[in-house]
Amino acid sequence: MRTLIYLFIGILFGITMFKSEAASWFRIYEMFKFQSFHMYGIIGSAVFLGIIMIQLIKKYNINSFYGQKINFPPKDKLYKSNLIGGIIFGLGWALSGACPGPMFTLLGAGFFPIMVVILFSILGTYLYGYFKDKLPH
Amino acid sequence: MNWIYEPWPWYISGPMIVFIMFLLIMVDKNFGMSSNLRTLCTICGAGKKNDFFNFDWKSKKWNLVVVLGAIIGGFIAANFMTDDDAVKISTETIADLQTLGFESAGKNYLPTEIFSNNVFTDIKGFAILAIAGLLVGFGTRYAGGCTSGHAISGLSNLQLPSLIAVIGFFIGGLTMIYFLFPLIF
Repeated sequence: MRTLIYLFIGILFGITMFKSEAASWFRIYEMFKFQSFHMYGIIGSAVFLGIIMIQLIKKYNINSFYGQKINFPPKDKLYKSNLIGGIIFGLGWALSGACPGPMFTLLGAGFFPIMVVILFSILGTYLYGYFKDKLPH
Repeated sequence: MNWIYEPWPWYISGPMIVFIMFLLIMVDKNFGMSSNLRTLCTICGAGKKNDFFNFDWKSKKWNLVVVLGAIIGGFIAANFMTDDDAVKISTETIADLQTLGFESAGKNYLPTEIFSNNVFTDIKGFAILAIAGLLVGFGTRYAGGCTSGHAISGLSNLQLPSLIAVIGFFIGGLTMIYFLFPLIF
């Protein structure tokens, strides 16, 4: 049953990524050129509503559907790696026009060349794990 | 029923993303896609050689199911909810892209110049997608998250590391488009 719920959420996510055009290379290029409000509207409204939602959950101690306390684990304060890793990610995001969610949506939509991006992003993650101890954090 | 074929405006898309994050939080999970790439490394056996991948991947199976859903969602949206998938980017963007040699700008969902089936035989096209994938996979794990984990989940929780990562995303993205695109294309 829980698996079906995750599947449903994923389907909703995939439809949203495709229909919002956030999965389109063109929209990412346009965003980095500051030539349209579209992507900023999507991310901005999501963050705006997300902040309100998380504040409300914290303030009213709302439990999950399964009655558990909801925790928001803080992100590790590794500012150097957040920045350097972020820059590397940004280079790849602009070139491929795809981040780790939408790349799978594009596969489902029938754009098979995206398989190359998916396979090499798995390899890239592996290379990070391999060189992790030698990198500045 | 024509509305179902229309692309979604930002004010539908943004709230939908928050709704998806809300659902994940309410089933005791979190919204972050890039950790799946690590899980896939582990499934491929990377944990035997490297401690970073040595964890019980079954604890992350739920997120792989979300990914499977994202694939199915892409299939549904492209085949049953779209009749013309041309992305209506701004006329300035189309003009800029045509200067770079992208004739498909404004006519397709993805640029056929990069995402054609020729990538499997054309070395340059393959290299572009392969390098882009390496950068995405390496960078996202180094940064500790991607657009979903940092830009949406992290910023929503007012996390400074996420803000720094998002600034990094933009430094990288702008560098690619303003300085490297003219060299690549």
